[in-house]
Amino acid sequence: MTAKVEVRGLVKSYEEKVVLRDVDLEVQPHEVVCLIGSSGSGKSTLLKCINLLVPIDRGEIYVDGVSITDPTVNPNMVREKMGIVFQAFNLFPHMTVRQNITLGPVKVHGLPRREADQRARDLLERFGLVDEVDEYPDRLSGGQQQRVAIIRALATRPELMLFDEVTSALDPELVAEVLNVIRDLKQEGMTMIIATHEMGFARDVADKVCFLDDGVFLETGPPGDIFEHPSQPRTRQFLQRIVEAGRL
Amino acid sequence: MTTPPPDDIRGPSLWTSIRRPRRYREEGARAAIIAAISTVVVFALLAWWVLSSEAWPEVQQQFFNPDHFTASWPDVLDGFWLNIQMFAVAEVLILIVALVLAMIRALRGPAFFPLRVLVIGFIDLVRGIPIILLILLLGFGVPALQLPGVPNSPLFWGVTALVISYSAYTAEVYRAGIESVHESQRMAGRSLGLTQIQSLRYVTVPQAIRNVIPALLNGFVSLQKDVALVFVLGVREAVREAQIYNARTFNYTAYVAAAVLFLVASVPVARFADWYTERVRRRRQSVGGV
Repeated sequence: MTAKVEVRGLVKSYEEKVVLRDVDLEVQPHEVVCLIGSSGSGKSTLLKCINLLVPIDRGEIYVDGVSITDPTVNPNMVREKMGIVFQAFNLFPHMTVRQNITLGPVKVHGLPRREADQRARDLLERFGLVDEVDEYPDRLSGGQQQRVAIIRALATRPELMLFDEVTSALDPELVAEVLNVIRDLKQEGMTMIIATHEMGFARDVADKVCFLDDGVFLETGPPGDIFEHPSQPRTRQFLQRIVEAGRL
Repeated sequence: MTTPPPDDIRGPSLWTSIRRPRRYREEGARAAIIAAISTVVVFALLAWWVLSSEAWPEVQQQFFNPDHFTASWPDVLDGFWLNIQMFAVAEVLILIVALVLAMIRALRGPAFFPLRVLVIGFIDLVRGIPIILLILLLGFGVPALQLPGVPNSPLFWGVTALVISYSAYTAEVYRAGIESVHESQRMAGRSLGLTQIQSLRYVTVPQAIRNVIPALLNGFVSLQKDVALVFVLGVREAVREAQIYNARTFNYTAYVAAAVLFLVASVPVARFADWYTERVRRRRQSVGGV
């Protein structure tokens, strides 16, 4: 079976600072992979590389067996296959919820407006946000905004979803509503790569957990192994601090 | 006593925190009265000083002569109507051309390099040339070539020169606006599969324009007056009409008449720009506070 995503020998640096040293990752169809590690370990950068939002220095990324880092590949074709959700929501503040959601389907996929509107309504209905369809983002709570951002990414019918610390900017009481949406997507069989600080959630939802430290994967395995019997001292140290902070 | 006991610190601070609002209100009212009185006094003194000076009758005769004002008014007003038309046409073109220039400049990637160089070169070139020189060059120069199929009206080329010059400046205003929109917005747009141009068109530019409307209005005010520069081409707008009147009568009141018209047109726009800027600032603060 071809992997949904395969990353080989990825190197990425911002000016002098090397963020990803030599990263290999394989994600099978319908698999949920959680990336954990301290801030600055390279989780967000890895996701942005996979979405081709930042240029990479070295290495290869394959989606469905096709190299997307080949310079002749049209990055827009790649992005159409996947959706990404950001830590800071990044909704378009000058557009209503409906406009935010339908922009991609209408302008990129050429969906007729009526169908795009219906698709937006269906998704909003499913995630309990249909009343907000004509609101502007700054009228919504953080949790609602992030759910709209997820819906916006889903509206283009991606086969792969990338989540970049999507609950880190939320008040604690709003975290669950966003995580439940992701759990829902797992039920559906969505392939997902999730960078997160929510360890309980990662243990619960992940098929595979990758501990990223200083730009390399120190440890990769099923959540049971990583959280119960971490083999690397750095992983143990990291998890110990999480436990001390009361987050696991 | 150098170090008052804690009670003393708590006492006065509580007292002032209660009393302060009323005291400020009283101070506000008093300040308004003082401002009103001092304004009246200062302006009265100024008026008295000007009107009682020995040179005043001569000044009034030359600049504020009611007869000359009435006599020159119809022609100057006619000319001013042309100023308004030139302004309206030029402003619309400037807003469009400048936006296109700014968008080209914002495109990334090596493929667009030649276009970016072209735009940056154009902007640098035009901003480095005095506007009056551009008007003379195009307004006299191009018609003199007598190229077939090319308009040879000085009015056309004068307005063209204004559009070229102002587009370069306004493109920089738009660019500042585009750069003020956070990078994450562009990323969100691109992640949906939008092309660079689509992402600019639907995501970045609408937000950018909102951010620079005060600066654009400022450019409006400036252009309203700079359209008068085409008088050097002999276009019979307000300043040219005033100049003609002055040449005939050796009296400068016609210039003052033209000045009054320009003021009447530009002061409201300047006030509106201030009001709008303040409104945007307040709204931003209130949103930031939530």
